Amino acid sequence: MARSKKKVPEVNSSSTADIAFLLLVFFLMTTTMAVNKGLSRQLPPYNPEQEKVDAKVNVRNMLTVLINSEDQLLVTVGGETKYAKIDELREITKEFITNRHNSPLLPDKFEEEIDYFGKVMVTKDHIISLQNDRGTSYSAYIEVTNELIAAYNDVRNELSKEKFGMTYAELEERAEHDVEAKNKLKALKTYYPLKISECEPKNYGGKK
Amino acid sequence: MGKFRDSGAREIPAISTASLPDIIFMLLFFFMISTSMKEVDYQVQIRFPEATELQKLEKKELVRFIYVGNPTAKYRAQYGTEARVQLDDAIINDLDQIKSYIENQRAAMENETMQQNMVVALKVDRECKMGIVTDIKQRLRQVFALRINYVASQRANSNL
Repeated sequence: MARSKKKVPEVNSSSTADIAFLLLVFFLMTTTMAVNKGLSRQLPPYNPEQEKVDAKVNVRNMLTVLINSEDQLLVTVGGETKYAKIDELREITKEFITNRHNSPLLPDKFEEEIDYFGKVMVTKDHIISLQNDRGTSYSAYIEVTNELIAAYNDVRNELSKEKFGMTYAELEERAEHDVEAKNKLKALKTYYPLKISECEPKNYGGKK
Repeated sequence: MGKFRDSGAREIPAISTASLPDIIFMLLFFFMISTSMKEVDYQVQIRFPEATELQKLEKKELVRFIYVGNPTAKYRAQYGTEARVQLDDAIINDLDQIKSYIENQRAAMENETMQQNMVVALKVDRECKMGIVTDIKQRLRQVFALRINYVASQRANSNL
């Protein structure tokens, strides 16, 4: 019965698993998987006096997108107004921004000196005017905004591939730590400046 | 079996659970790294709209959230079923509270660059009407919170 050797008893670790489970459950409950992503936009500064003055813009420089309370689109481009479907909007917008065929109905082009491109003709005075009703659904509004931004990203992407041999998204990613990429990005943005303006809200639809 | 070994009283050895904590810890670390803390408890129901041209909301310290949607079942009795606005942990009654909220949040930021680069992220339910969103935007403009972001979820296929 006499003990031959004195052993230090092992620390009982069977409850470590329980502790870890507890922590795991805590994290599962308090955290979410989703990373917040969204459409970035810039609002115009608030200036109540200026709002009454309608800026006179040449008809050809203006693309107007109206969304009514039934989520239907009315697009006015080059003095012509028509109903449009959401999946046509991107092409219409791209055509409008680039004005590849120098159509007299689409935006004026001006010569501009841009880094990497030299002297080029750009449609720098174009404006896209987005107008919605109070009754427009948020999802329709987001979809239209998305298509407009997508149109810009598309034309910038095409130009970027043609000129720099990489996609716009790649360039954006590199721009965070690369000065050259940043300048290239800036040049692309000067070439196709994002110009979406939002009108003051109107209430045509009667519904709230 | 008995052929090969001299048998005494044989017992089936207990399965060692020594590695169980390690496995659970591994899971734990995975979840700690891949998820982020919820900002608040939602008191309004929000299903994000879908879009393709999304940008990540980087620099969390610059982002402030505004939640818009119909109150969840628990809060319906108190706040009704119409779309409401939630700031931090409470549904607000007057939209003008947004102005003071944004101003306070901005004033609490450390330096001027941060204050200028503040982003207001709008988490709005996709079934909401634009009326309430427009009202919020007007108030954000009045307090010069001009950088906004419409939070949306990624659409699976990019070509509609």
